[in-house]
Amino acid sequence: MSAHSHAHDDHHDGGASHGTYKSYVIGFVLSVILTAIPFWLVMDGVLDSKVATALWVMGLGVIQIIVHMVYFLHMNTKSEGGWNMLALIFTLVIVAIAIAGSLWVMYHLNTNMMPQMDHDMIPSFG
Amino acid sequence: MANTTASQTEAPVFYLKEEHHPETGTMLGFWIYLMSDCLIFAILFATYAVLGQNYAAGPSPADLFDLELVAINTSMLLFSSITYGFAMLAMEKGSIKGTQIWLAITGLFGVAFVGLEIYEFHHLWSLGATPMRSGFLSAFYTLVATHGLHVTFGIIWLVTLMVQVAQRGLIVENKRRLMCLSMFWHFLDVIWIGVFSVVYLLGVLG
Repeated sequence: MSAHSHAHDDHHDGGASHGTYKSYVIGFVLSVILTAIPFWLVMDGVLDSKVATALWVMGLGVIQIIVHMVYFLHMNTKSEGGWNMLALIFTLVIVAIAIAGSLWVMYHLNTNMMPQMDHDMIPSFG
Repeated sequence: MANTTASQTEAPVFYLKEEHHPETGTMLGFWIYLMSDCLIFAILFATYAVLGQNYAAGPSPADLFDLELVAINTSMLLFSSITYGFAMLAMEKGSIKGTQIWLAITGLFGVAFVGLEIYEFHHLWSLGATPMRSGFLSAFYTLVATHGLHVTFGIIWLVTLMVQVAQRGLIVENKRRLMCLSMFWHFLDVIWIGVFSVVYLLGVLG
């Protein structure tokens, strides 16, 4: 046990391989840029197309999540003998099913079951 | 009798080989907890995605959200992420003082984040935008407040660990706890990326 805990950077037992000063700063700079761009796109209305802006926001969000995973959470395929990555992939599959499935089901429920209502017709109970 | 003489002369053979495996399952177990937490947030995001357009003739995100406030809030969480990283680096060096200072700074950024969120909720509440107002607001408060509660408990955990480190120093147990909190803290930052992208930015975009 003590031999393990004194081992150096070439192999890690904890699973969370520790970052270096450089990797934290790189991750931070990248995430600042990846945060600033979508805020700028929406706040200044840079793009004319709302759909294009939405796609940029979502795309940059996904990239930023990956940056955080790699530079802050130190994810890689080797940590914990690959079990970290396997649990993550499993979770992502469930997340995709839950979100896409909910949207799919509820969209069809709304279009097929509800009379098309004008929301402004609903009396307000403010 | 033959057995005892044999074991005295020959070196005992152990079949427990020291293979490379984690010392304990704590980090993997904590990661799996985080993944289950991720599923909670996935369901709340799905709820928001389904109900987010149901304004019930009430206010929409574009009417309510102040993106400058959200940008400041986001930067608080981003700064707290890198300062926690520096706390971990100080811990690696064995510097108790450095660890404590960076943990304290991280905690202050966390308090600022929660404080700004409470201010935002209070402001929305005063406008009549309560969770009872519409499906959109119910889903909004549930999702964002769940994240805020996580950060609040993260701060409580952080203060607890600062006391632990002050009392017992950077012992193996405290290092393990600090690494768990590190994963928790960075994980909350990852969830916040989803919140500000989906709820605030796409919401204001309409």
